[in-house]
Amino acid sequence: MAGNLVKVGMADYKVGRSPSTLISYGLGSCIGVSLYDPLRKIGGLLHIMLPDSTQARSSDNPAKFADTGIPLMINDVVALGASKARLVAKIAGGAQMFSFASASDAMRVGTRNAETCKQILRRNGIKLIAEDTGGTYGRTVSIDLATGSYKVKTIDRGEKDI
Amino acid sequence: MIDEFDLTPAQLDAMREIGNIGAGNSATALSQIVNKKIDMNVPQVSLIPIEDVPDLVGGPDALVVAVFLRVYGKAPGNILFVMPKKNAFYLVDGLMGKPLGTTQELDEMGASALKEAGNILAGSYLNAFFHFTKISMLPSIPALAIDMAGAILNVVLVQLGQMGDYAMVIETKFLAEDDSINGHFFLVPDPGSLSTIVKAVGVE
Repeated sequence: MAGNLVKVGMADYKVGRSPSTLISYGLGSCIGVSLYDPLRKIGGLLHIMLPDSTQARSSDNPAKFADTGIPLMINDVVALGASKARLVAKIAGGAQMFSFASASDAMRVGTRNAETCKQILRRNGIKLIAEDTGGTYGRTVSIDLATGSYKVKTIDRGEKDI
Repeated sequence: MIDEFDLTPAQLDAMREIGNIGAGNSATALSQIVNKKIDMNVPQVSLIPIEDVPDLVGGPDALVVAVFLRVYGKAPGNILFVMPKKNAFYLVDGLMGKPLGTTQELDEMGASALKEAGNILAGSYLNAFFHFTKISMLPSIPALAIDMAGAILNVVLVQLGQMGDYAMVIETKFLAEDDSINGHFFLVPDPGSLSTIVKAVGVE
């Protein structure tokens, strides 16, 4: 891993260029959405908590939701010099950490997060080229902006590049 | 609904006192089960940005064991008992009457013991809570996870995240005399529950 490591908190996003690496720790039902322009080596990482800002009470933080966070990050990477047409996306997360027989909506939010992210990416014309979602375990994700490699680390299920 | 920013110092004190009595009861229960003196600190009642909550237990990628219970009743919420893995294994040893350090991996028996401990802690906490507020509440069956703290806390934070950007947490640290069984006990009331609780204690 070359360059500096930039931490992305929950309900936050960061954009940058090679040789930086953007990392977000400990995602459960949250999703880490990465964007990357392979030619300009510019990208971003967004850590969303919830799918839909219209179903929540007002929030000062658009990065908390898929529907408001993704367009915001697209604008920022384009402003940094990426080409929107070349952007590719990868997503990881969306787990269900505890399984109850009577799982409430809040428990299944991981699945809804993943579905909404895909929908918002599609609506914005961004191609989703890889995903690692679902399951019952946490993930730490990072994108190396020199290569576009998106690493997904887990406690018991090893580490993979998607 | 009472705005969480507007709790008066007296109301915050009342919340702290509820946490104190609840956690005191839990600590006593725990120390009786494992036959060890267990202390607790004065509960922290704090309103913190949601994204900072994982820092309370060592950061979002800290490996922890957590027992999670949903709380049903007039003031619903969530209870989480979070421990570093090492301490959770010590607790299993204590619960099973084995020498400290015996448990190296969590089998079904150990997992079940931890869930039961979570159950007892939550039950004694809510029982004390009832005596103070007359709000009767019941815990769900416990669920257990061993994973990154951030991922586990997600479950609780997502529900709060729907309502706002801050979390009201009543947090108590447990500490065994020999440092073996340390953990964090969280009561996280649902956003709407706070006003119910404050009203019940009758503090302006």
